[in-house]
Parts: sequence; structure tokens; C-alpha cells
Amino acid sequence: MAAVQVSEAEKVYIMHGVQDDLRVDGRGCDDYRHMEIETDVVSNTSGSARVKLGHTDILVGVKAEMSRPKLEKPNEGCLEFFVDCSANATPEFEGRGGEDLGTEIANTLYRVFDNGHNIDLKSLCICPMEHCWTLYVDVLLLQCDGNLFDAISVAIKAALFNTRIPKVQMIEDEEGTKEIELSDDPYDCMRLDVENVPCIVTLCKIGHRHVVDATLQEKACSMASLLVAVTRKGTITCVRKVGGGSLDPESVFEMIETGKRVGKALHTPLQEILQKEESLGKKRHKVGFLG
Amino acid sequence: MAVDMRLASARKRAPGSLVSQDESKHLVAPGDVITTDTGFMRGHGTYTEDEKLMASVAGEVERVNKLICVRPLKTRFNGEVGDVVVGRITEVQQKRWKVETNSRLDSVLLLSSVNLPGGELRRRSSEDELAMRDYLQEGDLISAEVQSVFADGALSLHTRSLKYGKLGQGVLVQVSPSLVKRRKTHFHNLLCGASIILGNNGYVWIYPTPAQQDEEAGGFFTSTEPVPLSDREVISRLQNCILALSAHKVLLYDTSVLYCYESSLAHQIKDTLKPEVMEEIVMETRQRLVEQEG
Repeated sequence: MAAVQVSEAEKVYIMHGVQDDLRVDGRGCDDYRHMEIETDVVSNTSGSARVKLGHTDILVGVKAEMSRPKLEKPNEGCLEFFVDCSANATPEFEGRGGEDLGTEIANTLYRVFDNGHNIDLKSLCICPMEHCWTLYVDVLLLQCDGNLFDAISVAIKAALFNTRIPKVQMIEDEEGTKEIELSDDPYDCMRLDVENVPCIVTLCKIGHRHVVDATLQEKACSMASLLVAVTRKGTITCVRKVGGGSLDPESVFEMIETGKRVGKALHTPLQEILQKEESLGKKRHKVGFLG
Repeated sequence: MAVDMRLASARKRAPGSLVSQDESKHLVAPGDVITTDTGFMRGHGTYTEDEKLMASVAGEVERVNKLICVRPLKTRFNGEVGDVVVGRITEVQQKRWKVETNSRLDSVLLLSSVNLPGGELRRRSSEDELAMRDYLQEGDLISAEVQSVFADGALSLHTRSLKYGKLGQGVLVQVSPSLVKRRKTHFHNLLCGASIILGNNGYVWIYPTPAQQDEEAGGFFTSTEPVPLSDREVISRLQNCILALSAHKVLLYDTSVLYCYESSLAHQIKDTLKPEVMEEIVMETRQRLVEQEG
């Protein structure tokens, strides 16, 4: 992850600030930075979203493709994640430098979405054992300013909400050959129910307290962080510890409780924003990348 | 606990900003033709093509008699002798430190250009060389002055005055170097209760005003005492104000920062991170600055 160098005195200042619940930019320990969301930014995907959290910039595109379902789950579709750390974010990501971080994030996303309750995978099935929809979720890191996982999970939820999968039907011929018929209307599509898609909350341990949405400077002062993936109802789908330091069990418990509380509170404004954007319809002024 | 989310389309465009005094600035973009007159000498930021003088950077055209050059709006720090900079140590080498100052090359701080503890004046020995890391390590922040410029453009810094040296507890804000005006002094003790160093290289250091001005050590030791909450609030507010001013491309100097601070007192500190609040306080600041000049 792109890291900044911080001097010892700056670290002391940041840690004392966190203890007093007044971080360097005036936020409390549980406050997020200003977040900006836009969906449908990439026209040749089934769904896309762009999220800016502070200076962190994430672009997610979802493409739906037909494929054979997995053998052990013959009547379900699946989600495939790929994370690309572009050299735009920092020069360290040039060439294969960003691969490690990319695979780490992708593996975490697989674990977060591994249970069958987040997305109704059965609705992605076209014909059991033969055809199903696979959603390829591609994440592009444009700029790195700390707190990647949170921004990526919000962007994935927004992109899945925006995804439109064309409605297909299986037609059986007289000879018994099956054909797939696509409906004539290009706007006739199926939407996904993202009610149970989780959002990831990263909690960084600084001194004796933990903070949500750490900037790069705060990250440099923390030895260990905890990732908690929380759904709207408060169900935790994944807990993961990152970082080289150690966490003692009481603080892990406290951090999970905070993560649950903060995570639950993330979903409501996100849902409202997405509904509002949807309701703007054609009148919506697309900002995109040049706005 | 607050989460502030909004749509990108809700972002309002700033209504045409307050018009500045002179509108005769000749602004160019890369590839623009500056002039077709061949009688001029080419300066920095220009090139000739087919007998036309074209700009290679985006900026303002400057003409001095027969010399035409383009001064870019966004650029790395080009240091001159006498500039005050705030830099971060990146390497500790044999008789010098390499300092990162947002310029094209890392600047150099020679061992002979720093004050020894106790203020002795003597030749630096090998023990001094070995003790270099005890004074300045990788990651430390220093304030220094540019002593000279090497042939390749790298800056040579010195901290031979008691006001320069290692920086203690505080906050570093990075803005564009073109926003910091060259003035008589870059060290300010603001009335609101904090002190600020406006480095010419765009690095602004905000720190709590030291209680007593004891400087025989020249910033050798940094205190790890916790800074009181009231000072922290002032420093956080100042940091957000400077970020707001730099986002709206307002020149940074002690008066503009102070006016911005006063305008921001009407809002909570964490609200000053929101774009519309930033715009509001910068508009107020601009108005006050225009009134003050007029």
C-alpha cells in the first residue's frame, strides 16, 4: 500500500490526538471523510460505479457473462473479483508492483462474498447445470489515500445496484436442442437485490484506541488493523486482521462492536443516495471523469 | 458518528470566481502559439516550430524585453537562494542528508551546514559523522533555508540560524508551491494561538506556539509532551482552512490564512471538510482580502 513517511514527533501528535477523540483533520474516531458516489460511468459494462473517499478514487465495473455453473453448485451463478492497482495511484504500482496488493484485496473480497446470503445467486441461473450468469467484478484503483477496503466495498455495492442483466429465456426446439433467446427490448433487464451486500469497515488501532477511515499518516502510526464486513442488518460476514502488530482479545471485541455499529450506519445513506440517483433518471447530469 | 455521502452530480460549479484586478494575463496551454514574430529569444517553457513560438507548459507568458518565457501554474518547486523550505529527510549519507522538498531532485543538507549542539564552532570530525543519525533520521521534518543551487538544479540547504532545525509536534500540509508568496518572513505566530511556517516549496507546517522562546539548542530536542486540546482544535481548523484555500487556488500568506480561520469559526471543525462549507469560507476570505486592498 502506498505509505508516507512520518516523523516520530508527528506520530506522537497523532496518537495523543486520537486519545482525545480529535484527529488531525478535526474528525472524531468514528467519522468518515466526505464520500462522493456516481454510478453508470462506464458505458460498456453491465453496471459500474465510481467512489471518491477523500483522495481515494475507486472505479468498479461489473460485466455479466454466460458460462457453465460450478459442478458443486449447479443452479447458482457466481461472482468473480479482480483488482487492478493502476500505476496512476503511485509509481510503486508500475508493472507488477501492484499485483500483491491486488491479489490481497481480491482474496478478501472472495471471503467477504463467499456465503450464499449476500447476493441471490439462484437468480443468476439460466438453465441448471448448463448455463448461468457469472458476474465479473473488476475494481480499478485510481488514487490511493488510505482506507481502500471501505471505498471498494461501497463502490461494489453501488455497481451491483446499477447492474442490469439482460433477460434471457431457454427455448426448446422440436428436436430437443435448447436455444437461448434474448428479449428484443434492450431495456428489458433484471436487476440485483443488493439489500444484503456487506460493506467493509477498516478499524486501525492507534495507541489504545481505534479509528475508522484512517488517512495514510494515521495508518503509518498504527501497527494493526481489523477489517469487518457488515451487512445492513448487522450480520458480520468476514473479520480479518491485517498488519504486523498484535491485538489483544478485549480490543478485538471492542473493535468488532464498533465496526458493526459503523457498518450498519453506512448502508442507510448509501441506499438513499442510490435511490435518489436512480430517480433522477434521464435528467441526471453525468459528471464522469472530466467534470 | 457521521457519514457524509453525496452524488457527484450534486457537485455545484463555483459561480465564476471573483474577477481579479488585471485581466490582461496571457495564459497559454501546451501547444498554443505565443507569437509568430521571430525577433524574440526563447526562454523556459517554450519551443519553436515552423518559425512560430509555442508554449510547452500550461501557464502565464512573461516577457522581459526580448526574452519570452512561460511560467507554469503547477510545477515542482524551483528553489532560489534565500527561500525557506520545510523538508523531510529521506537518506542519511556520509557527510550529508538528502532532503525531500517537492523539487525535481532531492535537496542536500551538508553536515557542515547544521549547527552543532551547544553552538560550538569547529571543524566536523568523524565522531560528528557517526552521530549524524542521532540528530536527524529518515522521516524527520526540518525547516531550512536554501544556501545555494548546484549546477544540476539540486538545492543545498542550511540550518545555521536558531529559527531553523528539526521540527517537533505538529501537522504538515502539502499544497502547490505556486500558492506560497515570497515574503519577508515565513514564520508566523498567528493570533489564533498556533504558529505556522509557510515553506516556499509548498510544505506548510502548523505547530503549537512554544511556551517560551528558548532556542539555544536550535531545535535539537523535540518534546513529547501532549499538546492541550484547545491548541489541537486551532491546529486542526488551520489545517482544514489551508486545504480549503489551496483547493480554491488562493495565495497563502499570514493574512489570508487568518481571515480564513476567522470565517471558519462559524462552523464545526469537521464540517470544514465538506466542499460547500469550504467554498463558503473561501468566498468570505476573498471578499475580505479584496476589501482590505481596496
